[in-house]
Amino acid sequence: MPRRRAVAGLALVAGSFAGAVALRRRSARRRDRVDVYFDDGSMVSLADGAPEASTVLPLARRILETTRA
Amino acid sequence: MDGAQALTDLTEISSQIQAAIVLDADGSTLATTVDEQRGPEFAQGVQELLAAVQRAAGDEGGGGLAQAEIATGDGSVFLVRDEQRTIAATTGPEPTVGLVFYDLKSCLRGFSEPKPKPKPRARKPKTDDEGDAAA
Repeated sequence: MPRRRAVAGLALVAGSFAGAVALRRRSARRRDRVDVYFDDGSMVSLADGAPEASTVLPLARRILETTRA
Repeated sequence: MDGAQALTDLTEISSQIQAAIVLDADGSTLATTVDEQRGPEFAQGVQELLAAVQRAAGDEGGGGLAQAEIATGDGSVFLVRDEQRTIAATTGPEPTVGLVFYDLKSCLRGFSEPKPKPKPRARKPKTDDEGDAAA
């Protein structure tokens, strides 16, 4: 019986951890975006997943890696 | 203003800015906060990023782009341009966007404005007493 409880506890901890990681990744992905402001005051926001943003975001990630290395 | 000094001031004023670089219109580095090893890679990355942002925003000529924020889960990269220069900076996740843009624009303005020459001090006219004392 105590063994079963320990296994259940471990499963609960592992599940919580996996859930937290998934939630964190999802919220991080939602934050990814490109905001462009023009001289005339207009602005364009490109969310992650937009084809235009797909080339920009990896370049920004590379710059962040370079400067933090 | 000295370029390196302007960037040092920038990182002192804005605690959110982790690294910064100023590029001339031809892409050459005017000043950067990163070391010599990573500097060229940083400059190259910023040039590629600027071109990609212009393409993505449909601003191929680049004439209309004033500033941009590229936000990722790991942090943000900011770009601010004037007629001659581009300043780029990196921050952590979820920075205070308006404040970072303001600091970058101020820094870029510092590059554009010529260093004010110190005004010559007006000479105090000699009084008769001083003239007598010297004699």
